[in-house]
Amino acid sequence: MKKIECIIKPFKLDDVKNVITDLGIAGMTVSEVRGFGRQKGHSELYRGAEYQIDFIPKVKIELVVSDDQVAELVSNIQKAACTGRIGDGKIFVLAVEESVRIRTGETADDSL
Amino acid sequence: MKKLKLIALAAVLLALPTLALAEEQAVSELTYILNTFSFLISGVLVMWMAAGFAMLEAGLVRSKNVATICLKNISLFGIAGILFYFVGYNLMYMNVDGGFMGSFAVWGADDAAALAGDYSAGYSSGSDWFFQMVFCGAACSVVSGCVAERIKLWSFLLFCVALTGLIYPIQGSWVWGGGWLAEMGFSDYAGSTLVHSVGGWAALTGAIILGARKGKYGRDGRVNPIPGSNIPMATLGSFILWMGWFGFNGGSALALGVASSAIEQGNVYINTNLAACGGMIASMIAVQLMYKKTDVTMALNGALAGLVSITASPAAPSPGAAILIGAVGGVLVVFAIPFFDKLKIDDVVGALSVHLVCGIWGTLAVPFCAEGTSFVTQLIGVVTIGAFVVITSSIVWLALKFTIGVRCDEEDEFRGLDIAEIGMEAYPDFQHVNTK
Repeated sequence: MKKIECIIKPFKLDDVKNVITDLGIAGMTVSEVRGFGRQKGHSELYRGAEYQIDFIPKVKIELVVSDDQVAELVSNIQKAACTGRIGDGKIFVLAVEESVRIRTGETADDSL
Repeated sequence: MKKLKLIALAAVLLALPTLALAEEQAVSELTYILNTFSFLISGVLVMWMAAGFAMLEAGLVRSKNVATICLKNISLFGIAGILFYFVGYNLMYMNVDGGFMGSFAVWGADDAAALAGDYSAGYSSGSDWFFQMVFCGAACSVVSGCVAERIKLWSFLLFCVALTGLIYPIQGSWVWGGGWLAEMGFSDYAGSTLVHSVGGWAALTGAIILGARKGKYGRDGRVNPIPGSNIPMATLGSFILWMGWFGFNGGSALALGVASSAIEQGNVYINTNLAACGGMIASMIAVQLMYKKTDVTMALNGALAGLVSITASPAAPSPGAAILIGAVGGVLVVFAIPFFDKLKIDDVVGALSVHLVCGIWGTLAVPFCAEGTSFVTQLIGVVTIGAFVVITSSIVWLALKFTIGVRCDEEDEFRGLDIAEIGMEAYPDFQHVNTK
């Protein structure tokens, strides 16, 4: 099992969600985050004083899938979330040791 | 008939400030003071509606656009006030004489007669200016909600200059200024057509020329909801508008200084309130029946729909009739909102459904209860003012589109107008503030 974590631009959420569900994957978790990579922030002016906005709003999607789904999923997410401009985000793939469905107690691939 | 006589009398007084009242005794100082007071305090209530619009719109847009909409609402009110002083009032009221417009002149007070003890003008000229000015601001506020989340700030404000300086006063002169529609017998007590549908038509042309927000309409006719960010503010805004409407309709009795006017204002307050109640309950029930669950934003729109519907004639109907007139407005709104979505006209707050559709309904409903009016005349007024505003507002929108542009970039629309247009956020939490 692998965990896929992607940081994407907020307006791309719907497109990415669709490619995930199109592959038959049943669930995911989404959170609103702020961050920056090489995009950096920008400076703004508030009541005459300048300040730096470092953290840009992004959306983080997390999902755990079985190993055979990873390659296609990562490729589809990358295509869907890409705008070609800086700040598009990143996708990380992590190894998962164990997974349990709380309602039934199923483990491993049965719980995904 | 006494009410109609008073309205006609007041209308004449508006067009010609100094007129000796041959049939009634000379206007007493007390009458003059109370009439003036009525304009002033009602005007304050209508000004307060600007806060209502601001809160309602702020609650129904997304967080990333809230600061911009707050700015739009308060600044358009400033524009209305200034334009109405330099251009609008006299363009609407001076020397209209059954014609199509007034005169281009800066407004100036003219109370010499009253100061010398002759109160036949009925009220101070300044109080009338103040009262009429806030209506101009209200018409402008209607546009702001509909075109929200994708319009460029300064383009919108320039449009407001044209609306408050020219479009609103000219069509207003046709009725309240004593122009050709008034002579024909068209009746609009407080502005279902003159204020609400005018704002609605201008918003309609704006929404069409601007286009819908990105992602609002899908390929296969799908309508994607874009929920607002703050229901409590939207609710607060609706309550504030409701309260301000007592001044909007009540003050339009144009008098308080004799018992019959005071009674009339009381009736207007009652009908205004009941129409809002009727509109809201009707909306809630209609939505419950149609969609199996009710909707707070529709209920808010329903209350406002009732208020707009009664605005054309809040004095004449019985309380029961007022409830019905408001209720019809409330039901119309429930059908109008998805209707505009079907036409792919993106109206963020339901302004078209509340102000345009119910403004027209309210105007056409006048002959049900008010004597001396007719459907044909009302329809002529609706159509001619509608055509005038559609044509002139389209010209202004298109002129703006092909010069400085009206719509923000796609990237700016995604980032949010707060960051893109004014460089600040409405809810700037989670900021590491680092002053240079």
